Amino acid sequence: MSGKFVKRVDLIFEEVECREILGKIMKMDPDDICQEVLDSDLKGRGGAGFPTGMKWRFAFQESDPVKYIVCNADEGEPGTFKDREILDQVPGKVFCGMAIAARAVGAKSGYVYLRGEYKFLIPKLNEQLKNFHQMMDEFNHNFRIQIRLGSGAYICGEESALFESIEGKRGEPRNKPPYPTTSGLFGKPTSINNVETLVHTVMIMKYGASHFKELGTKDSRGSKVFSVSGDTPKSGIFELELGMSVNEFVQEFGDGDTKAVQVGGASGFCVPRKRFEETIIGFEGVPTGGSMKLFNSTRSMYNVLHNYLDFFTEESCGQCTPCRVGCQQLLKGVEAVKRGDKNSKYLDELVKLAKTMKRASKCGLGQSVGNAFGSIVENFKEEIIY
Amino acid sequence: METIIENELVKELANQHGRSRESLIPILQDLVVQNRFLSKQDMVDVARELDISAADVYGTATFYTFLDTEVRGKYIIRICKTISCAMKGKNDILVTIEDTLKLKLGETSSDRKFSLLEANCIGWCHKAPAMLINDTPYTELTPEKVTEILREYIRK
Repeated sequence: MSGKFVKRVDLIFEEVECREILGKIMKMDPDDICQEVLDSDLKGRGGAGFPTGMKWRFAFQESDPVKYIVCNADEGEPGTFKDREILDQVPGKVFCGMAIAARAVGAKSGYVYLRGEYKFLIPKLNEQLKNFHQMMDEFNHNFRIQIRLGSGAYICGEESALFESIEGKRGEPRNKPPYPTTSGLFGKPTSINNVETLVHTVMIMKYGASHFKELGTKDSRGSKVFSVSGDTPKSGIFELELGMSVNEFVQEFGDGDTKAVQVGGASGFCVPRKRFEETIIGFEGVPTGGSMKLFNSTRSMYNVLHNYLDFFTEESCGQCTPCRVGCQQLLKGVEAVKRGDKNSKYLDELVKLAKTMKRASKCGLGQSVGNAFGSIVENFKEEIIY
Repeated sequence: METIIENELVKELANQHGRSRESLIPILQDLVVQNRFLSKQDMVDVARELDISAADVYGTATFYTFLDTEVRGKYIIRICKTISCAMKGKNDILVTIEDTLKLKLGETSSDRKFSLLEANCIGWCHKAPAMLINDTPYTELTPEKVTEILREYIRK
């Protein structure tokens, strides 16, 4: 099945023989595994886009005998649901990716941190995990994986907050540096990777870095699983080649009346119709962890913005003032402008506040609230005011 | 002398998960599965079992939405309120649930069978509107469909 305006890919959900791939990587030198992933230019699929091979090599270079692999399955970004589907359909490939990472960095222990909302997946995952551990025994490899559940906190998708949560504490992000590859889970060198990223590494080890690089652009290699929702006749999960413009995406998925696309969820950017053509979906344009929400002309962008701000106000961990107070003030501020208690100039003040939050917040949550805020206010000012 | 009444469930969960700090959240999660919420006494007992302060247990529990410290019903309904679900008629679903269960948002029924809450994005945006009843997701809800689902739970 191929789209007219976008290129469909089938790698993530392709059935593979994990035993064969693991047999191959067990004989490989760890540094060569890091190099292969580095050569592929794979960037993390959780949203931040850090080069995976580099992350593995940093962890590999640490001399500590105890290291960890963590699979970030705390998929909480509004509009993202692809990791759930990957864990549901190909859980064996996720564990296989963790084993490859473990071999590359020299870890004996791994954790999957699964959001509490996906608890229903646990029986299936446990069954697959049993098979996986048997396979590890056959390879005489003592890598073991534990599954930990989240409990409904969006912030725990932030890597250092996730470590705190596994350690049994409040999920409050840590100061960086040190970065996880130096001091991560339990203060040990840790490679934390998104579910989809790990599955990509399986396919890179199977087909080689050059095969992976055949798809995508210089800055955004390969394919990506997109979560499509909102005003679209084709909502769902689609693996697509990276490098398309928002316009091509809208041609494929729009309902003929798309006025804006929110790329990257509540912490991402709002792209208005006039920018569809020039905006590339990827690291050279607007990056996304997979969330693509389409809005047609019947939607009020004030309601969209209000919904996002309400989300962030609830999900801010409250640890640092710029984020805790900033989220509340942005929410109160747009409500005041809408009511007419504040004039339209006040919106400029709020945009300044969002910029301050970007610079002063401790973690990615507070730093990215301004993305949606700035791009919605800039492009849909009238809808916010009137 | 202070008499300590043994909390068998807490003891059993500590035996199962261990008594180190990293066991705290799995223990609290299992207590919620059993009792639907964390009572003050349970949190004090967990603190004693793990040899940490009760304030620390409370502080950790209250950070997490699903580790409720208020009384909740046997079936906790969490209806997603984030944008895709909001766009696709979440409010109609909420009103239908409120009418069917005679329960307002945030309330627990007097027989402690149902609690009605909202949740932030639960990861079913392509099949909005969606809700969780305990751990089970229900998607592509309509007022008719949700009434049917609730009827089954009422019968349980």
